[in-house]
Amino acid sequence: MTNKTLAQKIWDKHVIHKEDGLPDLLYVDLHLIHEVTSPQAFEGLRINNRKVRRPDLCIATIDHNVPTTDRTLPNPDPLSIKQIDTLRKNTKEFNIPLLDIFDNRQGIVHVIGPEQGLTQPGLTIVCGDSHTSTHGAFGSLAFGIGTSEVEHVLATQSLPSPMPKMMQINIKGNVKPGITGKDIILAIINKIGVDGGIGHIIEYTGDAIKNLSMEGRMTVCNMTIEAGARAGLIAPDQVTFDYLKNKPLAPKGEEWERALTYWNTLYSDENCKFDTIIEIDAATIEPFITWGTNPAQSIPVSGIIPDPDQISDPFAKETAQRALKYMELSPGTKIQEVKINKVFIGSCTNSRIEDLRAASKIVNGKNIADNVHAIVVPGSGLVKKQAEDEGIDQVFINAGFEWREAGCSMCLGMNPDILKPGERCASTSNRNFEGRQGQGGRTHLVSPEMAAAAAIAGHFTDVRNM
Amino acid sequence: MNSLKNISSIVLPLNRADVDTDQIMPKQYLKRIERTGYGPFAFDEWRKNPNFVLNNPLYKNAQILLAQRNFGSGSSREHAVWGLEDIGIKIVIAPSFADIFNSNCGKVGLLCIQLNQKEINTLMNLSESKSGLILSINLEDQKIINEEYSININFEVDNFLKYRLLNGLDDIGITMQRDEAIQDFESKRFNFYPSSKTII
Ligand code: SF4
Repeated sequence: MTNKTLAQKIWDKHVIHKEDGLPDLLYVDLHLIHEVTSPQAFEGLRINNRKVRRPDLCIATIDHNVPTTDRTLPNPDPLSIKQIDTLRKNTKEFNIPLLDIFDNRQGIVHVIGPEQGLTQPGLTIVCGDSHTSTHGAFGSLAFGIGTSEVEHVLATQSLPSPMPKMMQINIKGNVKPGITGKDIILAIINKIGVDGGIGHIIEYTGDAIKNLSMEGRMTVCNMTIEAGARAGLIAPDQVTFDYLKNKPLAPKGEEWERALTYWNTLYSDENCKFDTIIEIDAATIEPFITWGTNPAQSIPVSGIIPDPDQISDPFAKETAQRALKYMELSPGTKIQEVKINKVFIGSCTNSRIEDLRAASKIVNGKNIADNVHAIVVPGSGLVKKQAEDEGIDQVFINAGFEWREAGCSMCLGMNPDILKPGERCASTSNRNFEGRQGQGGRTHLVSPEMAAAAAIAGHFTDVRNM
Repeated sequence: MNSLKNISSIVLPLNRADVDTDQIMPKQYLKRIERTGYGPFAFDEWRKNPNFVLNNPLYKNAQILLAQRNFGSGSSREHAVWGLEDIGIKIVIAPSFADIFNSNCGKVGLLCIQLNQKEINTLMNLSESKSGLILSINLEDQKIINEEYSININFEVDNFLKYRLLNGLDDIGITMQRDEAIQDFESKRFNFYPSSKTII
């Protein structure tokens, strides 16, 4: 037996058919579905008179489009209504379980999978959404797919896939106090670039990763796609098992024991081969803030906006120039002097209970700055409820935040939560692309703690000094 | 899916790196439930600029798009590919592509051709010139040709993808022929694997 990486082990265990010159046919253990990327896939099934092969391995929810304000009021957007109703109709017709908006388990698709215990080590998981990489935090092979592939998986519960290359990113040693999973992943993307992971599956290793909670690990794996890699994963360990134990759909009793025995075999063998290995010294990682229009354009909180003229690569230079123009920032400005007027705490990157707890600690007893409008959007109905049980909602509300219903919200602004042109937002989401949060809106990606600190200060500030 | 054999067309040069799918197909158009008609929305924001290359009548009927590295990054939205398809693009050439975008293209029937930076630079210069550049691309022979400029470039393409594109085959049908192997695989899966059956 050759020594295998963790990803290879999972891959090999899921190959249905292997043939020279063909991509491997992989079995899919779990298919997550939402309203935006599925309508055309279901339509394709109907046109070709095909069925959903395994509705019991699918789970659907509504997240991208839903308003996060009072849900008993009518949805203002007829197109959203149509898309949401289409998902209801499709899941009913094809017998797929749907967590609809009045179910308190509804939420962002990448939050509900782990929360329900559907996301488990060693699985293959797909979803018509690039941030499916999130689920890799459990030591599963999880990747985003397009709508044609959604249709393929619905019809066959499998997917032809060429085997990616393997990359290891080792975060050596421990991070300094106050450094979060978000800072780690922003530092990684800053180092390897938005295309650094193309064609690879990334395995994250090292003490700094092992010491993260499941929430922190999900944040890291979530943004794997922002480095160009389709999947990122972390070997499961006691932290993983403790999180999963007693989740509604996790194995129970004897099955749990059997599962555990298998899960304990899920690690990269010694001397296995990675195509690329990257090492980062954990102690060098600072709280990061993006200044540009891609997630690699970032600096530590102590930093200044870089000068594009100092960049030698012509494309990186041109991209930086365009980004600064869009962001209306000038080289040499201290990032801590940049004022903001919006704060968004939410998205599949940072909307879990731990994220909300951490941010609420920063705002506790304080008030947000006068010029700032801030919202907190929990990742799921259950996260929302848990936070309310702990009194976290009141901490935010007392500080001047709006407390919302679960959904994707301002991460991509397909619902009414959008930035207006020129507004500047400290956001815990994952993409700062031009117009992502609203046309002409300016997004700075940060951790929940840094976003909370910015809300209080009215500008970026080092949360560790608060 | 239509078959893709020989394409001869003017090249639409988009001389930018890291063009993400949020730019190719902004989110406000993802609410449609239809599969067609995305062309008018492609590059919606950028198109508002009269100097944007897509507004140049010279490139009006382009079937070949030429771009810089990491084309199609970000969101998995296949709508981006449907938008390109709808404006008539059949082939995208770049130094590198985002993985999901690349595989989406293959499913829809568009071909992504990866060339080295030097080749891209040559093609970019010519296609940005006043009269533009016409290329003939032959998938069977895996060749890119323009005799006037002595361009004769071989490109790589995955064999299975080539077979599918040449024959216009949808791969769901191909996989469904393996039903027995899938059933066999299913009978051997662990009992403890999760199921959503009991969630409702
Ligand atoms: S929260 Fe944002 S990134 Fe995550 S699934 Fe929703 S839209 Fe996509």
